[in-house]
Amino acid sequence: MSATAATRPRPGAGTPPPRTAAARRRMLGLDRDAWFLLLPALIPVLVLSVGPLLYGISLAFTDAQSGVTRSTSFTGVRNFADLRLDSLFWDSFRIGLVWAVCVTALQLLLALGLALLLNQNLRFRWLARTLALVPWAMPEVVVGIMWRLVYNPDAGILNNTLRHLHLTSGHTDWLSSLSLALPAVIVVGVWFGMPQTTVVLLAGLQNVPLELHEAAAIDGAGAWRRFTTVTWPTLKPVVLSITALNFIWNFNSFGLVYVLTSGGPGGKTRLPSLFAYEEAFRYGQFGYAAAMGLVMVAVVAVLLTVFLRNRLKEADQ
Amino acid sequence: MSAAVPASEQAAPRPVPLPQPAPPRRKLGRRAGRTGQYAALLCYLVFLAFPLLWLVSTAFKSPRELGSVDPTWLPRHPTLGNFRTALDEQPLLHAALNSLLVAGAAALVSVAVAVPAAYAMVRFKGAVSRAGTGWVLVSQMFPLVLVIIPLFMVLKNLHLIDSRPGLVVVYVVWTLPFVLWMLQSYVRAVPVSLEEAAAIDGCGRLRTLRSVVLPLLAPGLVATLMFAFVTAWNEFFFALVLLKTPEKQTMSVILTHFTGAEGAADLGPLAAASLLATIPSLVFFALLQKRLVGGMLSGAVKG
Repeated sequence: MSATAATRPRPGAGTPPPRTAAARRRMLGLDRDAWFLLLPALIPVLVLSVGPLLYGISLAFTDAQSGVTRSTSFTGVRNFADLRLDSLFWDSFRIGLVWAVCVTALQLLLALGLALLLNQNLRFRWLARTLALVPWAMPEVVVGIMWRLVYNPDAGILNNTLRHLHLTSGHTDWLSSLSLALPAVIVVGVWFGMPQTTVVLLAGLQNVPLELHEAAAIDGAGAWRRFTTVTWPTLKPVVLSITALNFIWNFNSFGLVYVLTSGGPGGKTRLPSLFAYEEAFRYGQFGYAAAMGLVMVAVVAVLLTVFLRNRLKEADQ
Repeated sequence: MSAAVPASEQAAPRPVPLPQPAPPRRKLGRRAGRTGQYAALLCYLVFLAFPLLWLVSTAFKSPRELGSVDPTWLPRHPTLGNFRTALDEQPLLHAALNSLLVAGAAALVSVAVAVPAAYAMVRFKGAVSRAGTGWVLVSQMFPLVLVIIPLFMVLKNLHLIDSRPGLVVVYVVWTLPFVLWMLQSYVRAVPVSLEEAAAIDGCGRLRTLRSVVLPLLAPGLVATLMFAFVTAWNEFFFALVLLKTPEKQTMSVILTHFTGAEGAADLGPLAAASLLATIPSLVFFALLQKRLVGGMLSGAVKG
């Protein structure tokens, strides 16, 4: 096990140790080797990721359809002009934003609370740590199925518990209700995504200097004061990057909601990725669906730029 | 308040007016805080655990119990019947084999091509590695729909639609960003001085990579392999789009075939099949637990 200890990444291991000029020259002189080493990864990435992406972007400007022998022709921005008037798409887009913002925000708040708790010396901490990792390991299809069992109007545990507590009549059909389906689905999204965020934040908390905490406590700073002045400054970059990533993942999420509601009832939970999937693989409109994908990327990119601009500014200074 | 101040503190040599009322309040506050913390922890435990418990409990209930209007938390007469029904109804074992082959091959290939690349990206600071890191980040941003449509057309031309090797290729590319990111943090932990010593002893760079770096990377490699496997095993979207023949479909896709029927009695086999599908991921995650948290320590914080 000594090898394990030696290779475990340590804080500070990321900065390269100072090298002599000769060593650096040797490193630079071997750049051909670098290409050689990168090649096995580069080829599949170029052929199956970068290439298809560029192809996909170009498809957005054509009338490509699936399984049609007729040749595809360039149609300029017509797809986007159609998309602008497609109110169903914009409904779906709005739902996607609500879903992504709610899930990301709740995930962050709950994960932050849990991470702070797990950072304390509490009993049963191990149980929470273990349990928190389980959702992360589960296939999203299974998570969807599991919550369908929970939400089941007759045999589900949620209605049953509410009935016993005399809170509701206990016959709510959570996933088929026009008003409740989206919140119900958001809860599942939070449950599924919270663990990963917790682990990342917990890792970030390990970097908070303990001496500062103790010094602040001796000076009479309360828990909240210590959090805002000591913990938060260290944690902020981690929070920003995990929130940005979570937002992207949530906005593009597909499988969970596909299994839970398939976008129903009445399209109330139809995320943009579900909408584009149906357009592409049910109706065969490849070009139009690609245009939707492009609009999704554009919006995510703009939101992220706004969100991350402050951080980038800080990094530049 | 002042009555609660312990005598020893009142007798402090130089009583400063401001901090004096603080100690008792803090002590009381701390006890209340502890209770509050345990209450909060309990809430989290309940929220995290109750859907899982319900899934397990449903999987072991008999059809008659599942049909009852007043379901109980624990099955009254635990039975394995649901598992048998699930295995009879759907080709679960075959699907598990498909998943195993596809995820296993994808994880192996992905890690094999990523090791040299991750090494190059860490050790050669240049335009290439910066482009690589940029791609790892950017590739996360694109919605799968935008990737799958052209990929579908490309794979169709290569006759790799509705084929397991085709899915393996897609999974390799899809897991690469994360595998690269994970491996980079392990490579960074290998001391450069070791490699320089090997170079002085006359090792070429590839020889150094093979006989010095690779052995030190071994535990990290295993962790990355398992993570890539779990990711591919759990994947749903690509498998849904790319595999049409039931005999070729993976576990995730087969599970959705159960969800068509909504009768209460069918919930049992559905839960049983879901449990079976989760076992491999859970086993690997149990093995990975420490390493995941440790890996995050180096990777995420550096970000």
